[in-house]
Amino acid sequence: MSNIRYTKEHEWIRVDGNEATIGITDFAQNQLGDIVFVELPEVGRRVEKGKEAGVVESVKAASEVYAPVSGEVTAVNTGLADDPARVNADAMGEGWFYKIKLADTKELGELMDDAAYQAFTAAQDKH
Amino acid sequence: MAEEQLARTPLYELHKSLGAKLTPFAGYDMPVQYPAGIIAEHLHTRAKASLFDVSHMGQVVLSGADIAAKFERLVPADIIGLRSGRVRYTMFTNDRGGIIDDLMVAKDGEALRLVVNASRKAEDLAHLRAALGDGAVTYLGDRALIALQGPAAATVLERLARGVEAMAFMSMAPCDIDGIACFVTRSGYTGEDGYEISVPAARAETLARRLLAEPDVAPAGLGARDTLRLEAGLCLYGNDIDEATTPVEADLAWTIQKRRREEGGFPGDALIQRELAQGASRRRAGIKPEGRQIARGHTPIVDAAGKEIGMVTSGGFSPSLEGAVAMGYVPAALAAPGAELRLSVRGAERPAQIAALPFVPHRYHTASR
Repeated sequence: MSNIRYTKEHEWIRVDGNEATIGITDFAQNQLGDIVFVELPEVGRRVEKGKEAGVVESVKAASEVYAPVSGEVTAVNTGLADDPARVNADAMGEGWFYKIKLADTKELGELMDDAAYQAFTAAQDKH
Repeated sequence: MAEEQLARTPLYELHKSLGAKLTPFAGYDMPVQYPAGIIAEHLHTRAKASLFDVSHMGQVVLSGADIAAKFERLVPADIIGLRSGRVRYTMFTNDRGGIIDDLMVAKDGEALRLVVNASRKAEDLAHLRAALGDGAVTYLGDRALIALQGPAAATVLERLARGVEAMAFMSMAPCDIDGIACFVTRSGYTGEDGYEISVPAARAETLARRLLAEPDVAPAGLGARDTLRLEAGLCLYGNDIDEATTPVEADLAWTIQKRRREEGGFPGDALIQRELAQGASRRRAGIKPEGRQIARGHTPIVDAAGKEIGMVTSGGFSPSLEGAVAMGYVPAALAAPGAELRLSVRGAERPAQIAALPFVPHRYHTASR
């Protein structure tokens, strides 16, 4: 079973023990189009599940990025400052946003797994 | 959200087949981008040539006795003095000197051919019919409008329509393109050389496909059109100009020729003439935010003390400069390039400077400008 979970706001979180890496999904980057600026939380900041943790700006619009779960920020992807297009090229890999130390692993249970997220985006695409 | 019935241009099926992302714009289902993406479409326009569907815009013919003189009562530009085959940019003003719409006017013999904004079509037509009479106003609902923009536009179009390469900037000519009867103006909304082609709706897709078959031509959507016009410092109606902004405030005084400045005779003339003589208290200016942080329309402009002194009216990412650019209204005393100001973006104040417009030099087909 995959260790990646998803939110309805199109963030992904990859869990590794007590730590997790967070970004926006490939579906999200495709919807946003060319990404030109990413505002990330500071290392050490405590982010709250469902609350704003950053901003991603495409040519078209600015969108808030929400924390999938609560925790303390341990690292941010500084490479996005000079090359935000990495999010378009590799949203689930090189285009990661930040890492956290999980506050409560039980919060993960409320997120979608891979199959649920695929179904969720397929329904949105039909619009 | 209630689904409104969106209108489609004659190129709707073409957009779908090219894989466009469609978005509602001024009541039309319009391509915002194609698979290449806004940045690639933008850069292609600056490097080669792009095809834009601008059929949502309103094409209108005005005719009848003394139509130029009658039309002049609605706009501050010199239309009587405009020679046949020439095009001028102007605006409908209201009694307070505000802008009802901005538009292009071409003189075609004794008639006038207008292109107005899609979002203002209904207001403009009502305004024209009230002023000139129904009989003088013909709305061309059966024509598409295709813009071919970029440094390769002239070479490409010359292959299909001999003579267009020699056309002057802001001129208009009836023209057969690959056997299709069109009206062509050498004009655009990107800051590049290029053409706007009025084509019968039934032949629009054929013409568009013919142009897209040229190796230098790629399709571009409304997203790139917006970033291109912003770099070129050109106004978007509803953002940068509206019924509460005057041509002088909007830094469009250059569109008012000498005779009209002296004589007036257009709505809001007294106020506009006073602003021409004394200056307006606020001015549209270019704004360069530091770095990549984007300041979009409605971002407050604040002074060093945090007091709001103006508003961003258009702002976004400049693919050519790889940074944020914006335009907005500031007090006239602060409108000089280099002046420091601050932008309040999501609650945080960020440094910016007034910048000369355009951000990217115009490359129109003209000896001097």
